[in-house]
Amino acid sequence: MNKQLMYGTYAIGEAAIQAGCTCYFGYPITPQNELPEYMSRRLLEVPGGVFIQAESELAAINMVLGASVAGARVMTSSSSPGISLKQEGISFLAGSELPAVIVNIVRGGPGLGNIAPAQSDYFQATRGGGHGDYKTIVLAPASVQEMADLTFLAFDLSDQYRMPALILGDGMLGQIMEPVVIPARKKKKLPEKDYILTGARGRPARLVKSLILDTRQMEDHNWKLVRKFQRVKQNETRWESFLLEDAEMVVIAYGTAARIAKGSINRLKKEDPDIKIGMIRPITLSPFPEKIIRETAGKVSDFFVFEMSTGQMVEDVKLSLEGRGTVHFYGRPGGVSPTPAEVARIMARHYPQSKSTGKK
Amino acid sequence: MLIKTMFSGFGGQGVLSTGQTLAKAAMLENKHVTYLPSYGAEVRGGTANCTVTISDKDIASPIASEPEFVVALNQPSFFRFQNLLRAGGFLLYNSSLVKPASVRGDIETLGIPSTGLAADLGNVRVSNMVILGAFIRISNLISLKLLLKNLPDILGPGKLRLLEINKKAFQAGYNYIKE
Amino acid sequence: MKKVYSRPKSLKKVPMHYCPGCGHSIIHRLIAELLDEMSLRETAICVPPAGCAVLAYNYLDIDMVEAPHGRATAVATGIKRVRPDNMVFSYQGDGDLAAIGTAETLHTANRGELISVIFVNNAIYGMTGGQMAPTTLAGQITTTSPSGRNTKTEGPPIRVCELLSTLENTTYLERVAVNSPANIKKTKKAIKKAFQHQQKKTGFSLVEILSSCPTNWKMDPLKSCRWIDEIMVKEFPLGVIKEVKC
Repeated sequence: MNKQLMYGTYAIGEAAIQAGCTCYFGYPITPQNELPEYMSRRLLEVPGGVFIQAESELAAINMVLGASVAGARVMTSSSSPGISLKQEGISFLAGSELPAVIVNIVRGGPGLGNIAPAQSDYFQATRGGGHGDYKTIVLAPASVQEMADLTFLAFDLSDQYRMPALILGDGMLGQIMEPVVIPARKKKKLPEKDYILTGARGRPARLVKSLILDTRQMEDHNWKLVRKFQRVKQNETRWESFLLEDAEMVVIAYGTAARIAKGSINRLKKEDPDIKIGMIRPITLSPFPEKIIRETAGKVSDFFVFEMSTGQMVEDVKLSLEGRGTVHFYGRPGGVSPTPAEVARIMARHYPQSKSTGKK
Repeated sequence: MLIKTMFSGFGGQGVLSTGQTLAKAAMLENKHVTYLPSYGAEVRGGTANCTVTISDKDIASPIASEPEFVVALNQPSFFRFQNLLRAGGFLLYNSSLVKPASVRGDIETLGIPSTGLAADLGNVRVSNMVILGAFIRISNLISLKLLLKNLPDILGPGKLRLLEINKKAFQAGYNYIKE
Repeated sequence: MKKVYSRPKSLKKVPMHYCPGCGHSIIHRLIAELLDEMSLRETAICVPPAGCAVLAYNYLDIDMVEAPHGRATAVATGIKRVRPDNMVFSYQGDGDLAAIGTAETLHTANRGELISVIFVNNAIYGMTGGQMAPTTLAGQITTTSPSGRNTKTEGPPIRVCELLSTLENTTYLERVAVNSPANIKKTKKAIKKAFQHQQKKTGFSLVEILSSCPTNWKMDPLKSCRWIDEIMVKEFPLGVIKEVKC
C-alpha cells in the first residue's frame, strides 16, 4: 500500500484488517469512535467479516472471547471508562489463555473524566487490569506509523503467547494524521491453534476455561502464566533510544509524552548544542524495558520521567533503577497536553548543574 | 526546516480540511508532516483549529509551542492565536471577516479578503482554499504547481467535482499576494 | 434381549456432583440424548454458566468454553458468528440469565442470534447458597429475603419468555419443567425444537425449564416436584410462549 495521510485510529483499523482480523466488537465512546466506524465499513469487505456494535463494553469483550475461542483474529477498542468495564473479560481471556487485541485510546479520568488525551491508565494496563495474578502485553505507539506496526505485532504476540495484547494510545494519537504505509502482512510462524472450539469431530472434546477449583492446580496455572510472561519479557521487550550515547540526563517517556519530550530535547539542543539529554522510549510498557534503564544508570545519574498523569510509569522506572540514580518527575494529568517549550523548561531545571555549560 | 502552522476559525469554515489539504500536499512532496486537529477545551466556543507541522526531518512533537504561522479565518481566532505565534511569526487572516485590531508589535500580519474573493469565484465555501493559496505564496512551504497537479489525489474520488473550483480558489489567493 | 436404556454417547461416564433431586442432571441427560439422536455431538459448542452447572463440562462430552457470570450469550454470539455451521448453545441459570446477564440476554435475543439458550429456572441461587433470584416467587424465603420476597421493593419474579416474546427476532420460546416423566418428555421435545430452529436459522430460541433445587428450597425431592406443579407453575405457566413456524 502506498504512503497515505491517515488518522491514528484508521491506521490501527487498516493494520488489523491486513493482519487478518475478521471480527470486531465494541461499544461507542469518545475519543475512539472513528475506529469502530472504520471497522464497520471495512469488515463488510472482508470474507467472513463480523462487526457487532454490542450493548455494552462487557458484552463486547465477551463476544471477543467467543470469537477468539472459535479461532478468529479479533479486536475490540474503547477508551478509559469502557476499558474498565472490559476488565472482567480481559481477566477471563488471560485465565483461559486466549488471544485478543484490545485498544485503549486513553482519556482523562478518573470517573467520566474528559475526552482529552491522557496516560492515566498505565497502572491498569500494565498490572493486568482485572482480578487475579496475570499480566498482558502492552504496546505504546508514539506515531501513526507505529499504531499500524504495533497492531500487526499485537496480533502476532497475542497468538504466539496466547494472551491478550493491549495497544495503549491516547486521544492525540487517535486523532492526529500522519503519513503511514500499511505493509502487507508478513506471515510469522505461529503455533497452531490446537485449543480452539470447532466441534469435537474426529478428536476428543475440548474445554477452554479459567475455573480451577483445586488450589494446587490453580497455583500451578498461576506460575505457568508467570513463566509465559517471563518468556515474553526475554524475547519481546522493545524500546527506542535517542541520543543516549553521551547523555548526561536521560528522559523516559512513552507515547504522546515521548513525542512532546523529544521536541523539548530538540529545543534545548538548539538553544545550547552542548546540552546532552538522551531519551529511552518504552515501546512495550509490559514487559517494561527495565534492563536498558538499569544499564544506563551505570553511565548517567539523572533520569527525568515525563508522563501525562500524576506519575505511574515513574514507579517502574524507580523499580528498574533499584536505587541507582536520581529520578525527576514531571506530570500533567487530566487531559492536558503541554507544549514542548513547557516541558523543556522543566527539563532544563533538572539538568545536572555541574554538567551545564552555563549558557542560558 | 521545521515549520508549524495553526489554522483556526469557526466550525464549518473548513478549517480542518484546509489543514488536511496542506498536510496531504506536503506529504506528496515527500516531506515529513503531522496534522493535529483541536479537541478538548479548545473546541468549545465554536472555534475549530488544527496544527500542521511540515519538516524535512522526522517530526518530534505534533504540538506547537510557538507556531511560525497562524492562519485566522475569524475574529476570535485572530485575537486568540496571535498570542501563540513566535516573535517574528506571520499572521495571515481573512480580512473579509476580521478587523485587525490590537496586533502584537513583533509579528507580521497580512489580510486577504478570502470570503470576497471566493464569492467572486461564485462559491463562498472555497474561501478557506483561497486563503490557503495565499498562505502557500507567503510561506513557500509547498509548491502551488505540485499542489494543483496532486489535487485529484488530495481531494479523493468523492470530491472530484470540486476540482476546478478549488484550483481557481488556490490561484486566486496565490495571485492576490503576487499582486 | 432388546436394550431399552443406556448412557448417551455424549454423556461422560462419570457420576454427577449435583444434589439429589436437582434438575440439572436430568437436563444434561436430555441434551446428551438429543446430541446423539440429532447427530450434533461433533458440531456442538456449549457455553455453560457460572453457577452449579459450571461443571457441565465434566459431563457433556462436547466442545465447551466457560463464560463470565451472565455473559454466556455474548460469548455464544462471538462463537456463532465465527462458526455459523456449528450448533451453539448456552446453558444458563436464572441469576446468570435474568439478573447479571439481562442486557446480554435481551440484546442477543433482539439481534436474533442463531443460538439456542437452555434456561434453567429454579427460582434461587443454588451454588452461592440459596440467595434470592430474579425469578424467586413473591413471599418466597431465601437467605437474602428472610421475610419472603417483597414484590413492592424487590420486584415480582421476572417472566423471561414473556419478556423476550415481544422481540421480533425471537422465534421459539417455550417454558417446560422436569418434575415428572410427562414433563421431562415435553422438555426433551422443546430442546429438540430449539435446536431445529437454530439449524433452520429462523432466529433466537430459548427453552425455560422449571427445575427443582431441594437443597436450597429446603424440601425433599418429592415435595420439590410437587411444589413446581402446585406453586411455581402458577407464576410461570408452561407451554409455548412464542413460535414462529420454521
